[in-house]
Amino acid sequence: MDINDLRGLSTLFLFMAFIGLCIWAYSSKRKKTFDEAANLPFADEESAPDEPQREQEEKQQ
Amino acid sequence: MTELNSDLEHPVYNYKVVRQFAIMTVVWGIVGMLVGVLIAAQLAWPALNFDLPWTSFGRLRPLHTNAVIFAFGGSALFATSYYVVQRTCQVRLISDRLAAFTFWGWQAVIVAAAVTLPLGLTSSKEYAELEWPIDVLIAIVWVSYAVVFFGTITKRKTSHIYVANWFFGAFIVTVAVLHIINSASMPVDMTKSYSAYAGTVDAMVQWWYGHNAVGFFLTAGFLGIMYYFVPKQADRPIYSYRLSIVHFWALVAVYIWAGPHHLHYTALPDWAQSLGMVMSIILLAPSWGGMINGIMTLSGAWHKLRDDPILRFLVVSLSFYGMSTFEGPMMAIKTVNALSHYTDWTIGHVHSGALGWVAMITIGSLYHLIPVLYNRERMYSISLINVHFWMSTIGTVLYIASMWVNGIMQGLMWRAYNQDGTLTYAFVEGVAASYPGYVVRVLGGAIFLGGMLIMAYNVYMTTRRDVPVQVPATSASAA
Repeated sequence: MDINDLRGLSTLFLFMAFIGLCIWAYSSKRKKTFDEAANLPFADEESAPDEPQREQEEKQQ
Repeated sequence: MTELNSDLEHPVYNYKVVRQFAIMTVVWGIVGMLVGVLIAAQLAWPALNFDLPWTSFGRLRPLHTNAVIFAFGGSALFATSYYVVQRTCQVRLISDRLAAFTFWGWQAVIVAAAVTLPLGLTSSKEYAELEWPIDVLIAIVWVSYAVVFFGTITKRKTSHIYVANWFFGAFIVTVAVLHIINSASMPVDMTKSYSAYAGTVDAMVQWWYGHNAVGFFLTAGFLGIMYYFVPKQADRPIYSYRLSIVHFWALVAVYIWAGPHHLHYTALPDWAQSLGMVMSIILLAPSWGGMINGIMTLSGAWHKLRDDPILRFLVVSLSFYGMSTFEGPMMAIKTVNALSHYTDWTIGHVHSGALGWVAMITIGSLYHLIPVLYNRERMYSISLINVHFWMSTIGTVLYIASMWVNGIMQGLMWRAYNQDGTLTYAFVEGVAASYPGYVVRVLGGAIFLGGMLIMAYNVYMTTRRDVPVQVPATSASAA
């Protein structure tokens, strides 16, 4: 086994890591966690009453 | 100064340092773009060099690039990352004093650059021209920045680290590594040093740095801005959080390999050039993944674009991002690069990213941020934001289009041969033919700069406590 086998294997390893990442990210088990995470920009509004834009838009709707 | 007004202080968050960086973003944007318009005019009318060494193109060009990238872009990244990390971790910055140090330290770096570059003190590495004492200061400020940012994340009140912070984090870590390795040098005295690397290795280290300054400073950092401010301004969560995770890892894993495309057909080994080309083409996928994620956030709410010029800034910046990240991989293909390299096409490509993506997403996020920071309902004038939006868009399009025409024309003229094998055109004929494009570029740049001046006025009026906000004719729907 020479250095070029190692190079080929590292490509394979990275490809598998990418597939693994996709499976991990799109697994239905994590849907709830990610939905919560996606709402983090809006989560601190009680502690920060200085967000007039959002409140204002809510009033219009 | 309203900065000193204590009733602006937020009960939880440190908004002072965010305000300081936000205001300086506008200031340095105007300064950097003004120098840009001047050097663009010098290329059209060389008499504007004034026959002085300090105002010659060669010295002012690095001043322009450093001012817009590190002063304007850098201040925007400091402001937004400090804001976003506090808001999404629901905790104050870990140290107000260290945060203040990063502000004053970064301003000191900018002033030092503005003094040394016109004096001709340069290490001659593109986007890393500053001499070693300033490089040391940058490294100290940057490590302090990392301590503040990651320290704040460690004491967060939320369980998850929001994706914008991942992008900001990758930007901070990678820029530290790039800066320290590329700036390694042997000082001769206080104003002169020699690179630690030689020959082709020096070129490869330089463009590993240079392209990742694009990839992590001007892309990952501003994607962090995108992942917070687009959802916030559109008032809906990001289109796909899962896609954002795949986007993050794919982008950071691939960008780091793309540098060799700056060295096509040079002494760099051919395999390294081909590797850089292939990785640059692969880069299209994560880039567009991010763009789609941002734009699709508006899916089902496209009507908001009609009356919100801030959202329009953010979405059009993503469109320019998609355009330039398609153009980039294409230009990295060796046969295309044989035509485009060393021509104005490259400069057009850079500005499609710099004006269209970086500046426009910065401007959009600042219009969102400034009223929050100054406790105002909205910006002083929404219609002026709209004027600014159109000036930015028209200015960018004029700039890019003129450089496309110039670049392709130059590339074709340089490679044209007569039947006997001699060159059809002397170099200077290509320069003369570029004149109309140079004039259009000055016009486009000046319009973009004009928009920044309107922004400065709008920001100033917003920060004044005694001026009520202007109510637009279409009621409050524009906010």
